[in-house]
Amino acid sequence: MTLQAELRVERAGFTLDLDLAIEPGEVVALLGPNGAGKTTALRALAGLLASTSRIRHNGSTWDGLPAEKRPIGVVFQDYLLFAHMSALDNVAFGLRARGTRKAEANAVALRWLDQIGLADFAHARPRRLSGGQAQRVALARALATSPELLLLDEPLAALDASTRLRVRSELGRHLQDYPGHTLLVTHDPLDAMVLADRLVILEHGRVVQQGSPRDVVRQPRTDYVAHLVGLNFYRGVARGTEVLLDDGGTLSIAEPADGPVHVVFPPSAVSLYPAKPAGSPRNTWQAVVSGIEQHAHTTRVDLDGSPSVLADITTATVAELRLQPGDALWVSLKATEIHTYPR
Amino acid sequence: MRSRLPVVLVLPAVIGLVFLLVPLAGLLINAPWATLPAQLFSQEVGQALRLSLICASLATVVCLVLGVPLAWLLARSDLPGRGVLRALVTVPLVLPPVVGGVALLLVLGRRGVVGQYLDQWFGISLPFTTAGVVLAEAFVAMPFLVISVEGALRAADPRYEEAAATLGASRWLTFRRVTLPGVMPGVIAGTVLCWARALGEFGATITFAGNFPGRTTTMPLAVYLALETDPDAAIVLSIVLLLVSVAVLAGLRDKWISGPS
Repeated sequence: MTLQAELRVERAGFTLDLDLAIEPGEVVALLGPNGAGKTTALRALAGLLASTSRIRHNGSTWDGLPAEKRPIGVVFQDYLLFAHMSALDNVAFGLRARGTRKAEANAVALRWLDQIGLADFAHARPRRLSGGQAQRVALARALATSPELLLLDEPLAALDASTRLRVRSELGRHLQDYPGHTLLVTHDPLDAMVLADRLVILEHGRVVQQGSPRDVVRQPRTDYVAHLVGLNFYRGVARGTEVLLDDGGTLSIAEPADGPVHVVFPPSAVSLYPAKPAGSPRNTWQAVVSGIEQHAHTTRVDLDGSPSVLADITTATVAELRLQPGDALWVSLKATEIHTYPR
Repeated sequence: MRSRLPVVLVLPAVIGLVFLLVPLAGLLINAPWATLPAQLFSQEVGQALRLSLICASLATVVCLVLGVPLAWLLARSDLPGRGVLRALVTVPLVLPPVVGGVALLLVLGRRGVVGQYLDQWFGISLPFTTAGVVLAEAFVAMPFLVISVEGALRAADPRYEEAAATLGASRWLTFRRVTLPGVMPGVIAGTVLCWARALGEFGATITFAGNFPGRTTTMPLAVYLALETDPDAAIVLSIVLLLVSVAVLAGLRDKWISGPS
């Protein structure tokens, strides 16, 4: 059964207005910048926040139910494992609280610890666990009660980069096995892309875009999403193979289009020249370097112009051009690299 | 190298230290060491000490049973006027204990607001009884426990309680299994302070419970009484109380004495 939620939270200067439908076995990622209302949405779903939200599942409604009466499991950002209990007691806590007898609860908890590869740590206190281990115990604790809805609040944010990679793939495996509904709250696009079946992008308490990770990556609809997936992003009006951009500038495109469109192209499609290039590219314009940032294997250059643009160039090109902020350069872009889609 | 310590600070500091320590030393110097063992195991001392320990412990139990939930209410509920309540709870802390005794007498005395009904309906009279001692001590000592536990509760992260709620735990279960174990150091510190305060309680006790050997004469009252008739006994009783205080401080060493290092 689909879980249907209409989340409405009013606070001073902020309104959350979010409709969510999550299918069984589906992982929905709620993605958005800080302050977009992601955690508020999670707390409203969990019943940790008084709100006028309406949540329906399997013919029953959760409206007005306190958190302890909802069939949920939550993995908190910093896990919140009970420090004075062993890992086993932590995992067994939910079952015990819901009335399972101690022996049975411990047996189930032990099975979970075994499943996450931490059976040897059953009697360890949380402070003896590494970050990745604590994260797994937190997941086991949330899943041990077989909740209908699993809520993950930035589940990987507290981990260092190398642990994160491993824990992320493990988490993905567990989420695949989990038959219930999952909502993942995150501001990390990679977590969302890897773990979720569907992305819901939240900005200022409202959904600005949703779809499969593949669709969102290819066709961002806001500056935030475009920035997230690392694309140059413009709004404009197309007339044939010309797009007049809203913020100034014109681009030639290969596929003819008509009407209001979004325009995207990757920063790697942009080339920079010290002088006006002669030859094939139809899109050339002058721009001024406003920022230079070193990434792993490329250099990202921020250019002000009409339009402004991000360019990824090789370190060799940086050396050749002797790039400095304030330099005026020629930007060139192949029409075939530009992707447009209706607004 | 740092410059020398300024005299304006060091001089008063040393005087203050001497002022605090010399009376205690005086107590030890003047102790009747020869007759001390006999005094220590005399009937009056034993009686007063036993009564003191029992009453202080019972008062502490009363404070725990009532004070911990009160601290929880002050720290966690969204009760209106919580700030006012918190201020009221601390009043006995600054109130002269004698005033507390008078107030208890007015309420629980045989003609008191509540006391007259206790007397009429149940034949219970609290003033000038051992139960009265326990009440007087609990009245004076409870704020110490409440403040200590409330401080610990407010410092504890309430999100752990949220985590427990999402796991299906009722608020009572959450309190028992998550909140209370989390603030246990604060509860223990508060209990020890509360017990020490109850043990040393004088003003409210003598006002509300009077001074009847074997029934309401606790150690501090016995010290006061003995000072007029048998100064040596007063010194011995004082040393016993001093030892108990030092033991309490030793027990709290980690939490209160060592401070930030």
